Amino acid sequence: FMQRGLDSQTKKQLEEEEKKIISEEHWYLDLPDLKEKESFIIEERSFMPCEDLLYGRMSFKGFNPEIEKLMIQMNSRCKEEEIEVDDKMEADVSDEEMARRYETLVGTIGKKFLRKRDQRVLQDEDEDGNSNTRPSKKAKKKFLKPQD
Amino acid sequence: MAAGRGVAAEACVGQVVLPGDVLLLPTQPDEDGERLRLGASAAPRGRLLCGPGLRRCAAGLLVTKCGLLRHRQAGGGAAAGGAYWVDSQQKRYVPVKGDHVIGIVTAKAGDVFKLDVGGSEQASLSYLAFEGATKRNRPNVQVVGDIIYGQFLVANKDMEPEMVCIDSSGRSSGMGLIGQDGFLFKVSLGLIRKLLAPKCEIIQELSQLYPFELVLGMNGRIWVKAKTVQQTLIIVNILEACEYMTAEQRKQALAKLSGN
Repeated sequence: FMQRGLDSQTKKQLEEEEKKIISEEHWYLDLPDLKEKESFIIEERSFMPCEDLLYGRMSFKGFNPEIEKLMIQMNSRCKEEEIEVDDKMEADVSDEEMARRYETLVGTIGKKFLRKRDQRVLQDEDEDGNSNTRPSKKAKKKFLKPQD
Repeated sequence: MAAGRGVAAEACVGQVVLPGDVLLLPTQPDEDGERLRLGASAAPRGRLLCGPGLRRCAAGLLVTKCGLLRHRQAGGGAAAGGAYWVDSQQKRYVPVKGDHVIGIVTAKAGDVFKLDVGGSEQASLSYLAFEGATKRNRPNVQVVGDIIYGQFLVANKDMEPEMVCIDSSGRSSGMGLIGQDGFLFKVSLGLIRKLLAPKCEIIQELSQLYPFELVLGMNGRIWVKAKTVQQTLIIVNILEACEYMTAEQRKQALAKLSGN
């Protein structure tokens, strides 16, 4: 049990001795540092950076949709400037629709927080509005019926 | 010495150069002077890319392959510094680091696949170099001539080339086993570069014909897959023949096909 501890100590001593020996014999270059010519010519054996070649996998007319997505990704890495310009792409919902929806949305959510008295007032207004439009609707319906 | 003086590099752009020609870069002495004055300026105004077919030598650039000298101007956001290279034609591929190639699996040696890439040696591909591969989850690659699209990790004249099917961020980005069916054939390296050029008319015209899938390897191999065997063979024939056809002949051929 104790022997292992002793062994580790002797090992440490041996290591220290070895390190001392190595540092004395450690070779170093006597020569002055060669002035590296700042070579601004970079040697290159591949054609890819020279000619800006495209990515090798291609798919056309939707034969392989994953590869078509990949094509757009890969080729856009080369032309990142164009993508920055096209950030304002078509939105799913147009601005006008958004404004319309938002208008009605404000109204419906606003009703939620009205007090009871205000709600009754709103109901009366709706009924008045409906009664006014009903005869006109009926008139319109009568107007639409004859289709000769 | 028969080498004589060198010629200014800018004068030879677009002309035929032969191995042994020395191309001088006119701005060299000025660069040295400016460097002393400006000190540690980070602007790589003189940084030049010396592409395939050219080597650095004491005076300037030494041509090692015969072909046309091409030049790309400095500028552009991503690439800095102009580039000179020799546009040469050859059929035999020499593995280059970073190239995407199509390899055919020939053997499995332990944990490594041996791929035939068209070079002097077979490339090795570790089975862990696929996306999502672990020691237990092995890629489904069988030895009987499967086709793999990958890029070179190590490729020099002293070592056996090594390939991987993932990029530096660990994603496969389209590399890996190429699926069933399809047709693999070999063309010259110059045609591949022509087809991979940013605005290639051949590819644009072909894409109007029918839906198909195409994989181009820098080692001269092309894999095509279309819906029917006949369409696949038509595309193969066009790609093989378009190397020696002029633009008009090609348009005529395609017009006949789209008419039929």
